[in-house]
Amino acid sequence: MAPVAPRSGDAIFANVERVNAELFTLTYGAIVRQLLTDLEEVEEVNKQLDEMGYNIGVRLIDEFLAKSNVSRCVDFKETAEVIAKVGFKMFLGITATVTNWDADGTSCSLVLEDNPLVDFVELPDTCQGLYYCNILSGVIRGGLEMVSMKTEVTWLRDMLRGDDAYELQVKLLKQVPEEYPYKDDE
Amino acid sequence: MIGVGKIKQYTNVLEKPISKGKQEVSLSAFAFLFSELVQYNQTHVDNISELERRLEDAGYAVGARVLELLCHREKGNRRETRLLGILSFVHSTVWKVLFGKVADSLEKGTEHEDEYMISEKELLVNRFISIPKDMGTFNCGAFVAGIVRGVLDGAGFPAVVTAHFVPMEGQQRPRTTILIKFAEEVLQREARLG
Repeated sequence: MAPVAPRSGDAIFANVERVNAELFTLTYGAIVRQLLTDLEEVEEVNKQLDEMGYNIGVRLIDEFLAKSNVSRCVDFKETAEVIAKVGFKMFLGITATVTNWDADGTSCSLVLEDNPLVDFVELPDTCQGLYYCNILSGVIRGGLEMVSMKTEVTWLRDMLRGDDAYELQVKLLKQVPEEYPYKDDE
Repeated sequence: MIGVGKIKQYTNVLEKPISKGKQEVSLSAFAFLFSELVQYNQTHVDNISELERRLEDAGYAVGARVLELLCHREKGNRRETRLLGILSFVHSTVWKVLFGKVADSLEKGTEHEDEYMISEKELLVNRFISIPKDMGTFNCGAFVAGIVRGVLDGAGFPAVVTAHFVPMEGQQRPRTTILIKFAEEVLQREARLG
Protein backbone atom coordinates (compact mmCIF):
# COMPACT_ATOMS: atom_id res chain seq x y z
CA MET A 1 0.00 0.00 0.00
CA ALA A 2 1.41 3.38 -0.94
CA PRO A 3 2.18 5.58 2.07
CA VAL A 4 -0.56 8.11 2.75
CA ALA A 5 0.60 11.67 2.22
CA PRO A 6 0.50 13.94 5.27
CA ARG A 7 -2.64 16.04 5.37
CA SER A 8 -2.62 19.74 5.79
CA GLY A 9 -3.76 21.27 9.03
CA ASP A 10 -6.80 22.84 7.38
CA ALA A 11 -7.96 19.56 5.92
CA ILE A 12 -7.71 17.77 9.24
CA PHE A 13 -9.42 20.57 11.12
CA ALA A 14 -12.28 20.45 8.66
CA ASN A 15 -12.66 16.74 9.31
CA VAL A 16 -12.51 16.58 13.09
CA GLU A 17 -15.49 17.31 15.26
CA ARG A 18 -15.41 20.84 16.54
CA VAL A 19 -16.91 22.74 19.42
CA ASN A 20 -17.51 26.38 20.03
CA ALA A 21 -14.29 28.11 20.98
CA GLU A 22 -16.08 30.12 23.63
CA LEU A 23 -16.95 27.03 25.63
CA PHE A 24 -13.29 26.10 25.46
CA THR A 25 -12.18 29.60 26.46
CA LEU A 26 -14.59 29.85 29.37
CA THR A 27 -13.74 26.36 30.63
CA TYR A 28 -10.05 27.22 30.57
CA GLY A 29 -10.81 30.42 32.45
CA ALA A 30 -12.68 28.42 35.07
CA ILE A 31 -9.68 26.12 35.46
CA VAL A 32 -7.26 29.02 35.92
CA ARG A 33 -9.62 30.64 38.41
CA GLN A 34 -9.89 27.42 40.39
CA LEU A 35 -6.12 27.07 40.47
CA LEU A 36 -5.67 30.63 41.63
CA THR A 37 -8.16 30.09 44.44
CA ASP A 38 -6.57 26.83 45.53
CA LEU A 39 -2.91 27.62 45.15
CA GLU A 40 -2.87 31.39 45.65
CA GLU A 41 0.77 31.71 44.58
CA VAL A 42 1.13 32.76 40.95
CA GLU A 43 4.29 30.70 40.51
CA GLU A 44 2.52 27.60 41.76
CA VAL A 45 -0.30 28.19 39.32
CA ASN A 46 2.19 28.54 36.46
CA LYS A 47 3.75 25.24 37.45
CA GLN A 48 0.42 23.48 37.78
CA LEU A 49 -0.74 24.73 34.40
CA ASP A 50 2.48 23.42 32.89
CA GLU A 51 1.91 20.05 34.59
CA MET A 52 -1.63 19.84 33.27
CA GLY A 53 -0.38 20.75 29.85
CA TYR A 54 2.25 18.04 30.06
CA ASN A 55 -0.41 15.43 30.90
CA ILE A 56 -2.47 16.59 27.96
CA GLY A 57 0.55 16.63 25.65
CA VAL A 58 1.53 13.01 26.27
CA ARG A 59 -1.95 11.90 25.16
CA LEU A 60 -2.45 14.52 22.51
CA ILE A 61 0.59 13.37 20.55
CA ASP A 62 -1.09 10.01 19.87
CA GLU A 63 -4.10 11.65 18.36
CA PHE A 64 -1.93 14.05 16.44
CA LEU A 65 0.15 11.31 14.87
CA ALA A 66 -2.92 9.22 14.12
CA LYS A 67 -4.86 11.95 12.39
CA SER A 68 -2.15 13.84 10.60
CA ASN A 69 -0.16 11.05 8.94
CA VAL A 70 3.07 13.01 9.20
CA SER A 71 6.14 10.96 8.61
CA ARG A 72 9.10 11.06 10.93
CA CYS A 73 10.55 14.54 11.01
CA VAL A 74 14.09 14.71 9.72
CA ASP A 75 15.27 17.42 12.07
CA PHE A 76 14.07 19.81 14.70
CA LYS A 77 13.34 22.48 12.10
CA GLU A 78 10.78 20.26 10.46
CA THR A 79 9.33 19.39 13.86
CA ALA A 80 8.76 23.01 14.69
CA GLU A 81 7.13 23.65 11.32
CA VAL A 82 4.81 20.68 11.76
CA ILE A 83 3.78 21.82 15.25
CA ALA A 84 3.08 25.32 14.02
CA LYS A 85 1.26 24.50 10.82
CA VAL A 86 -0.48 21.22 11.53
CA GLY A 87 -0.60 20.82 15.30
CA PHE A 88 -1.98 24.17 16.30
CA LYS A 89 -4.38 24.18 13.39
CA MET A 90 -5.71 20.74 14.13
CA PHE A 91 -6.54 21.36 17.74
CA LEU A 92 -7.03 25.06 18.17
CA GLY A 93 -7.87 26.20 14.68
CA ILE A 94 -5.05 28.74 14.60
CA THR A 95 -1.75 28.79 12.78
CA ALA A 96 1.51 29.76 14.32
CA THR A 97 4.63 30.95 12.59
CA VAL A 98 8.14 29.75 13.27
CA THR A 99 10.82 32.40 13.57
CA ASN A 100 14.11 33.18 15.24
CA TRP A 101 16.12 30.10 14.58
CA ASP A 102 19.38 30.13 16.44
CA ALA A 103 22.71 29.20 14.92
CA ASP A 104 22.68 25.45 15.53
CA GLY A 105 19.01 24.93 14.83
CA THR A 106 18.04 23.82 18.31
CA SER A 107 15.95 26.75 19.40
CA CYS A 108 13.14 28.62 17.71
CA SER A 109 10.16 30.79 18.43
CA LEU A 110 6.55 29.98 17.73
CA VAL A 111 4.53 33.13 17.27
CA LEU A 112 0.75 33.04 17.73
CA GLU A 113 -1.22 35.94 16.41
CA ASP A 114 -4.54 35.01 17.90
CA ASN A 115 -5.19 32.63 20.72
CA PRO A 116 -8.57 31.17 21.64
CA LEU A 117 -7.53 30.70 25.25
CA VAL A 118 -7.40 34.40 26.01
CA ASP A 119 -10.64 35.78 24.61
CA PHE A 120 -12.26 38.11 27.13
CA VAL A 121 -9.28 37.84 29.47
CA GLU A 122 -7.55 40.63 31.31
CA LEU A 123 -4.95 40.06 33.99
CA PRO A 124 -5.63 41.89 37.24
CA ASP A 125 -2.83 43.62 39.13
CA THR A 126 -2.64 40.83 41.67
CA CYS A 127 -1.72 38.27 39.03
CA GLN A 128 0.91 40.05 37.07
CA GLY A 129 3.37 37.17 37.16
CA LEU A 130 0.87 34.70 35.75
CA TYR A 131 1.54 33.02 32.43
CA TYR A 132 -2.09 32.54 31.58
CA CYS A 133 -1.47 30.27 28.60
CA ASN A 134 1.14 28.17 30.32
CA ILE A 135 -0.85 25.06 29.54
CA LEU A 136 0.32 25.41 25.94
CA SER A 137 3.97 25.20 26.91
CA GLY A 138 3.23 22.01 28.86
CA VAL A 139 1.38 20.50 25.93
CA ILE A 140 4.29 21.08 23.56
CA ARG A 141 6.81 19.81 26.08
CA GLY A 142 4.74 16.68 26.80
CA GLY A 143 4.07 15.90 23.19
CA LEU A 144 7.68 16.25 22.14
CA GLU A 145 8.91 14.17 25.03
CA MET A 146 6.80 11.29 23.78
CA VAL A 147 8.62 11.45 20.48
CA SER A 148 12.00 11.34 22.16
CA MET A 149 12.82 15.02 22.32
CA LYS A 150 13.48 16.71 25.62
CA THR A 151 12.66 20.36 25.28
CA GLU A 152 12.34 23.49 27.31
CA VAL A 153 9.45 25.78 26.45
CA THR A 154 9.25 29.33 27.74
CA TRP A 155 7.17 32.38 27.03
CA LEU A 156 8.96 35.30 25.42
CA ARG A 157 6.01 37.54 24.65
CA ASP A 158 2.55 37.51 26.15
CA MET A 159 -0.24 39.78 24.96
CA LEU A 160 -1.89 39.75 28.36
CA ARG A 161 1.22 41.42 29.70
CA GLY A 162 1.19 44.15 27.11
CA ASP A 163 3.22 42.63 24.28
CA ASP A 164 1.91 42.53 20.74
CA ALA A 165 1.79 38.79 20.18
CA TYR A 166 2.25 35.44 21.89
CA GLU A 167 5.73 34.05 21.45
CA LEU A 168 6.89 30.71 22.76
CA GLN A 169 10.51 29.71 22.71
CA VAL A 170 11.04 26.02 22.12
CA LYS A 171 14.53 24.82 22.86
CA LEU A 172 15.67 21.32 22.09
CA LEU A 173 17.72 20.05 25.01
CA LYS A 174 18.48 16.60 23.75
CA GLN A 175 17.23 13.81 21.57
CA VAL A 176 16.65 10.75 23.67
CA PRO A 177 17.17 7.58 21.65
CA GLU A 178 14.30 5.15 21.84
CA GLU A 179 14.85 2.40 24.34
CA TYR A 180 13.68 -1.06 23.51
CA PRO A 181 12.32 -3.04 26.42
CA TYR A 182 13.89 -6.28 25.19
CA LYS A 183 17.38 -7.05 24.03
CA ASP A 184 17.47 -8.28 20.47
CA ASP A 185 19.48 -11.41 21.06
CA GLU A 186 17.60 -12.79 24.04
CA MET B 1 2.94 51.23 5.87
CA ILE B 2 0.72 51.51 8.86
CA GLY B 3 -0.76 48.45 10.45
CA VAL B 4 -0.19 46.09 7.56
CA GLY B 5 -0.47 42.48 8.59
CA LYS B 6 -0.83 43.19 12.29
CA ILE B 7 -4.05 42.93 14.24
CA LYS B 8 -5.04 46.10 15.98
CA GLN B 9 -3.88 46.32 19.54
CA TYR B 10 -6.38 47.28 22.16
CA THR B 11 -5.05 48.68 25.37
CA ASN B 12 -8.16 47.74 27.25
CA VAL B 13 -9.90 44.39 26.88
CA LEU B 14 -13.23 46.23 27.15
CA GLU B 15 -12.53 48.07 23.92
CA LYS B 16 -12.05 44.93 21.89
CA PRO B 17 -15.09 44.15 19.76
CA ILE B 18 -16.96 41.02 20.77
CA SER B 19 -16.31 38.18 18.38
CA LYS B 20 -19.19 36.73 16.39
CA GLY B 21 -18.81 33.46 18.22
CA LYS B 22 -18.07 31.45 15.12
CA GLN B 23 -14.56 30.42 16.01
CA GLU B 24 -14.11 26.74 16.75
CA VAL B 25 -11.60 24.45 18.35
CA SER B 26 -11.41 20.71 17.98
CA LEU B 27 -13.59 18.56 20.23
CA SER B 28 -10.53 16.69 21.41
CA ALA B 29 -8.89 19.89 22.63
CA PHE B 30 -11.95 20.55 24.77
CA ALA B 31 -12.13 16.93 25.89
CA PHE B 32 -8.48 16.95 26.98
CA LEU B 33 -8.98 20.19 28.86
CA PHE B 34 -12.10 18.94 30.60
CA SER B 35 -10.40 15.69 31.59
CA GLU B 36 -7.57 17.67 33.17
CA LEU B 37 -10.14 19.72 35.08
CA VAL B 38 -11.74 16.56 36.45
CA GLN B 39 -8.41 14.90 37.21
CA TYR B 40 -7.09 17.97 39.01
CA ASN B 41 -10.20 18.15 41.16
CA GLN B 42 -10.10 14.44 41.91
CA THR B 43 -6.79 14.88 43.70
CA HIS B 44 -8.12 17.69 45.84
CA VAL B 45 -11.27 16.17 47.26
CA ASP B 46 -12.16 13.38 49.64
CA ASN B 47 -15.51 12.30 48.33
CA ILE B 48 -17.81 12.32 45.34
CA SER B 49 -20.16 15.08 46.39
CA GLU B 50 -17.23 17.41 46.98
CA LEU B 51 -15.99 16.64 43.46
CA GLU B 52 -19.41 17.32 42.00
CA ARG B 53 -19.60 20.57 43.91
CA ARG B 54 -16.24 21.74 42.59
CA LEU B 55 -17.17 20.89 39.01
CA GLU B 56 -20.45 22.69 39.50
CA ASP B 57 -18.67 25.76 40.84
CA ALA B 58 -16.42 25.79 37.79
CA GLY B 59 -19.50 25.54 35.57
CA TYR B 60 -21.26 28.30 37.53
CA ALA B 61 -18.57 30.78 36.54
CA VAL B 62 -18.90 29.73 32.90
CA GLY B 63 -22.69 30.08 33.07
CA ALA B 64 -22.60 33.58 34.49
CA ARG B 65 -20.36 34.73 31.66
CA VAL B 66 -22.29 32.89 28.99
CA LEU B 67 -25.46 34.67 30.10
CA GLU B 68 -23.85 38.08 29.77
CA LEU B 69 -22.33 37.27 26.41
CA LEU B 70 -25.43 35.76 24.87
CA CYS B 71 -27.83 38.37 26.21
CA HIS B 72 -25.76 40.99 24.54
CA ARG B 73 -25.00 39.18 21.34
CA GLU B 74 -28.02 37.02 20.60
CA LYS B 75 -30.88 38.78 22.24
CA GLY B 76 -30.01 42.44 21.85
CA ASN B 77 -29.85 42.99 25.60
CA ARG B 78 -33.44 41.96 26.22
CA ARG B 79 -33.95 40.35 29.59
CA GLU B 80 -36.11 37.30 30.23
CA THR B 81 -38.55 37.80 33.06
CA ARG B 82 -40.77 34.76 32.70
CA LEU B 83 -39.92 31.23 33.74
CA LEU B 84 -40.70 29.60 30.43
CA GLY B 85 -38.78 32.32 28.68
CA ILE B 86 -35.58 31.69 30.56
CA LEU B 87 -36.00 27.93 30.29
CA SER B 88 -36.35 28.06 26.55
CA PHE B 89 -33.39 30.44 26.41
CA VAL B 90 -31.28 27.83 28.21
CA HIS B 91 -32.70 24.91 26.26
CA SER B 92 -32.26 26.50 22.84
CA THR B 93 -29.88 29.45 22.71
CA VAL B 94 -27.39 28.47 25.38
CA TRP B 95 -27.27 24.84 24.27
CA LYS B 96 -26.98 25.81 20.62
CA VAL B 97 -24.06 28.13 21.24
CA LEU B 98 -22.16 25.92 23.66
CA PHE B 99 -22.85 22.47 22.27
CA GLY B 100 -23.83 23.12 18.67
CA LYS B 101 -27.41 21.87 18.92
CA VAL B 102 -30.52 22.53 20.99
CA ALA B 103 -31.06 20.24 23.95
CA ASP B 104 -32.99 17.07 23.26
CA SER B 105 -35.96 17.86 25.42
CA LEU B 106 -37.38 20.20 28.03
CA GLU B 107 -39.97 18.76 30.37
CA LYS B 108 -41.90 19.89 33.37
CA GLY B 109 -41.68 17.66 36.41
CA THR B 110 -44.83 15.75 37.19
CA GLU B 111 -44.34 15.34 40.90
CA HIS B 112 -43.34 18.83 41.91
CA GLU B 113 -44.41 22.19 40.58
CA ASP B 114 -40.96 23.67 40.79
CA GLU B 115 -39.03 21.04 38.86
CA TYR B 116 -38.07 21.11 35.22
CA MET B 117 -35.80 18.78 33.30
CA ILE B 118 -33.56 19.28 30.32
CA SER B 119 -32.49 15.99 28.81
CA GLU B 120 -29.71 15.10 26.48
CA LYS B 121 -28.90 11.72 25.01
CA GLU B 122 -25.16 12.23 25.40
CA LEU B 123 -23.74 15.33 27.00
CA LEU B 124 -20.77 16.70 25.13
CA VAL B 125 -18.68 16.76 28.27
CA ASN B 126 -19.44 13.11 29.02
CA ARG B 127 -18.57 11.82 25.57
CA PHE B 128 -15.15 10.51 26.40
CA ILE B 129 -15.69 9.86 30.08
CA SER B 130 -16.48 6.55 31.71
CA ILE B 131 -17.33 6.43 35.38
CA PRO B 132 -15.73 3.61 37.39
CA LYS B 133 -18.16 1.48 39.43
CA ASP B 134 -16.82 2.66 42.75
CA MET B 135 -17.77 6.24 42.00
CA GLY B 136 -21.44 5.39 42.11
CA THR B 137 -23.72 8.05 40.81
CA PHE B 138 -21.10 10.62 40.01
CA ASN B 139 -21.78 12.51 36.81
CA CYS B 140 -19.38 14.91 35.13
CA GLY B 141 -22.48 16.59 33.82
CA ALA B 142 -22.27 18.45 37.13
CA PHE B 143 -20.21 20.90 35.12
CA VAL B 144 -23.13 21.51 32.77
CA ALA B 145 -25.48 21.68 35.74
CA GLY B 146 -23.23 24.42 37.06
CA ILE B 147 -23.43 26.28 33.76
CA VAL B 148 -27.24 26.16 33.86
CA ARG B 149 -27.26 27.29 37.48
CA GLY B 150 -24.96 30.18 36.59
CA VAL B 151 -27.23 31.28 33.77
CA LEU B 152 -30.39 31.03 35.88
CA ASP B 153 -28.87 32.74 38.89
CA GLY B 154 -27.56 35.60 36.80
CA ALA B 155 -30.94 36.02 35.18
CA GLY B 156 -32.69 36.24 38.53
CA PHE B 157 -34.11 32.72 38.76
CA PRO B 158 -32.25 31.07 41.64
CA ALA B 159 -32.42 27.31 41.43
CA VAL B 160 -30.76 24.10 42.51
CA VAL B 161 -29.49 22.28 39.44
CA THR B 162 -28.21 18.73 39.36
CA ALA B 163 -27.25 16.22 36.69
CA HIS B 164 -28.48 12.63 36.70
CA PHE B 165 -28.08 9.56 34.58
CA VAL B 166 -31.34 8.04 33.50
CA PRO B 167 -31.00 4.56 32.03
CA MET B 168 -32.97 4.15 28.83
CA GLU B 169 -34.36 0.91 27.56
CA GLY B 170 -32.66 -0.42 24.51
CA GLN B 171 -29.74 1.95 24.75
CA GLN B 172 -26.33 1.17 26.08
CA ARG B 173 -25.45 4.57 27.48
CA PRO B 174 -27.90 6.21 29.84
CA ARG B 175 -29.47 9.52 29.03
CA THR B 176 -28.41 12.54 31.05
CA THR B 177 -31.02 14.74 32.68
CA ILE B 178 -30.34 18.15 34.12
CA LEU B 179 -32.85 18.62 36.92
CA ILE B 180 -33.72 22.22 37.74
CA LYS B 181 -35.51 22.94 40.99
CA PHE B 182 -36.50 26.56 41.27
CA ALA B 183 -36.46 28.45 44.53
CA GLU B 184 -39.73 29.34 46.21
CA GLU B 185 -39.49 33.03 45.37
CA VAL B 186 -39.30 32.30 41.65
CA LEU B 187 -42.60 30.44 41.68
CA GLN B 188 -44.26 33.09 43.80
CA ARG B 189 -43.10 35.80 41.44
CA GLU B 190 -44.27 33.78 38.47
CA ALA B 191 -47.69 33.35 40.07
CA ARG B 192 -47.91 37.08 40.74
CA LEU B 193 -47.05 37.90 37.15
CA GLY B 194 -49.93 35.73 36.09
